[in-house]
Amino acid sequence: MPTSLAPVSVAELTEVAKRVRANIVQMVYDAQSGHPGGSLSAVEFGVSLFWNHLRCDTSNPEWPDRDRFILSKGHATPFLYSVLAERGFFSTELLRKFRTLGSPLQGHPSMGAVPGVEMSSGSLGQGLSFAIGHALSGRLDRRDFRCWVMMGDGELNEGQVWEAAQAVPHFDLGDRVIAMVDRNGIQNDGFGDKIMKIHPAEMWRGFGWHVIECDGHDMAAVDQALSEAEKPHEKPRVIVGYTVKGKGVSYMENNPGFHGKAPTTDQLAQALEEIARGLK
Amino acid sequence: MTATATAPAAATREAYPVALGQLVEQGVDVVALDADLSASTMGYQFGDKYPERWHSVGIAEANMVGIAAGYAAAGKTAFIASFASFLPGRCFDQLRTSVAQPKGGLNVKCVASHGGVTVGEDGASAQAIEDLALATSLIPFDVIVPADYESARQAIVAVGKTTRPAYVRTGRPKIAAIYDAMYRFEIGKASVLRPGNDVTLIACGILVGIALEASAQLANEGISARVIDMATIKPIDRDAVLAAARETGAIVTAEEHQTHGGLGTAVARVLADSLPTPIAFVGVDRYGTSGKWDELLGYFELTPARIAAAAKEVIGRKR
Repeated sequence: MPTSLAPVSVAELTEVAKRVRANIVQMVYDAQSGHPGGSLSAVEFGVSLFWNHLRCDTSNPEWPDRDRFILSKGHATPFLYSVLAERGFFSTELLRKFRTLGSPLQGHPSMGAVPGVEMSSGSLGQGLSFAIGHALSGRLDRRDFRCWVMMGDGELNEGQVWEAAQAVPHFDLGDRVIAMVDRNGIQNDGFGDKIMKIHPAEMWRGFGWHVIECDGHDMAAVDQALSEAEKPHEKPRVIVGYTVKGKGVSYMENNPGFHGKAPTTDQLAQALEEIARGLK
Repeated sequence: MTATATAPAAATREAYPVALGQLVEQGVDVVALDADLSASTMGYQFGDKYPERWHSVGIAEANMVGIAAGYAAAGKTAFIASFASFLPGRCFDQLRTSVAQPKGGLNVKCVASHGGVTVGEDGASAQAIEDLALATSLIPFDVIVPADYESARQAIVAVGKTTRPAYVRTGRPKIAAIYDAMYRFEIGKASVLRPGNDVTLIACGILVGIALEASAQLANEGISARVIDMATIKPIDRDAVLAAARETGAIVTAEEHQTHGGLGTAVARVLADSLPTPIAFVGVDRYGTSGKWDELLGYFELTPARIAAAAKEVIGRKR
C-alpha cells in the first residue's frame, strides 16, 4: 500500500529541500562532475511532488498502481537521486557513489538501476512520450495512476516534445499525464534567449494544454500549483515553474558556468553554508 | 527443408496483422502503434479488430517509439510499425535510449515494412538500405528478415513471445511462397533450402527466392550451390555459416540492403573470427530511383545471374 499522503507542511518541505540541495552540491563535488545548476532549480518541484502528491510505496517500488515520476531532463540526476534517497527509496549513503565506476547512480538515469528511476534518459525530449505509453497502458488495464513528467525549458527545443504534446490531448490523457517545466532560462551553451528564444507558456497553450504558472522556488506556490494540476480539467495540465538555475548557492545562481561543473573545496563549504541558511 | 510451397504469392507485410491477432488470441498482452502508414504496414487491420489495443500517433515516429517504451515498461508487448526508411531512420536515438538501454532492452517490437528497394516507384527516399545496419547495432535487438508470408507470420509471432526488443523487416510486393505450413521458424535458426557442395548462397528476405533461382542456373552448369535462408541476421546462426564454410568452401551473401552492416557483414564476421573462407557480397551500394519493384531488382542487379556470377567468381578464389 502507498505511504500516506497527509499534507506535509510548507515548513517541513522547506527543511527537506535544504537536505536535497546539500546532497546535490555534495554529490557533484564528490564526483567532480555532474549538473548542479538544473538540479538546484528543480528542488521545490521535486520535494512538493514526492512528499505531497506522488502516490508511491518505497517498500514496494514496482507497485503497479504507483504514480510514475519521469525525469525527462536526465542530466538532473543529482536532484533525482537526492530526492529519491531522502524520500526513502534507497540509502543516502549510496549518493556518495554518484558517477563512479559500476555505480547504479550513473551520470544520467538508468531505468531500474535503483528503485524509483522509472526511465533511462539523458538524450533530451523523450520523457513525455514514455509517460503516454504508461498512461495508455494504465487506461487499458483500468488502473488510475498518474505520470508526472519533469522537463527542462532548453529541452523544449526538441521536436519530440511537441509530437508528444499534441498526443496527450488527442488521446485524452489529461487526468493521467501531468507535465512540469523547470523554466530556469539557461541551457548547456548559455542563456536560452540567446540560443533559441522560446515562449513555453504560449507554446503549451497553442498545443491545447491548460498552463499553470508559478514561482518555482516558492514552496507554497509550487505545492498549490501541483494541487491545481491534479484537479479535473477539460485540458491536460502543464506547470511552468519560473526558476533560477543554481538556486540556493549564490555563485551558481543564474550562472551558465554551473550547468555542468563541480565546485571546488572552498566553493563547497560556501554552498553548504548558504544552503543551510535557506533561500532568500 | 526444400522449397515445396504452393501457397499463392503474398507480401510479407500482410502477415503483420494476422500474427498480432494470433498473439492476442494466445494471451499475449499486445498493443500496437502506427505512424500514419497503417494502410501500408497493414497495422490498421489489427486496429479494426482490437481498437483498444491499437493507436495511430500521426506522423511522429520518435513519439511512437517513446510511447511503445512506456507501454513496455508498464508490462505490455508493444509493436510499432512504419516504413523501414523511417523506422529506425527517424527514431534511432529513441530506439537506443528509450528501448535498447533500459534494463537490457524493453519489450518493443519494430515491424518495418517496405524494406529495401522493392518499395518501388516512390524512389530513393523510401528505399531503406540502411535499416539492418542500424537495427543490428542496437545491442539487445533480434533482427529478422523473413523470406515469405509464412515465414514472416511465424517470425512476428516468435518475437512477440520473447521479452527482448526486435526488428522485423517486411516487404511491399507480393512474392512467391517459399514455405508451407509445415515450416517452423525459430529465432536464430537458418534453413537450408537446397543442399550443395561447391558454394553456399546465404540470403535473406526477397533474395532467398532469387538465390534459389541462381542455384538452379548453377546446377545447369554443373555447379552444386547450397541455399540457406538466413532469416535471423542477429543472433546469426553461426553453426549454419561454419558448416557451409567447411563443407562448400565458398560463400555468397545476398540481401536487399547495403553490403555494409547487413547480412553480408554478419556472415563475414563469423567467418573472419572462426574459419576464414572466400566470400562475395551481393547487395545495394548506391541510392535508388523510381521504377516497378521487379524492374528495380534488375536495375540493382539483385538477380539470379548476378548471384550465379558471384558464385563462380568466389569458387575461383578457393585454395
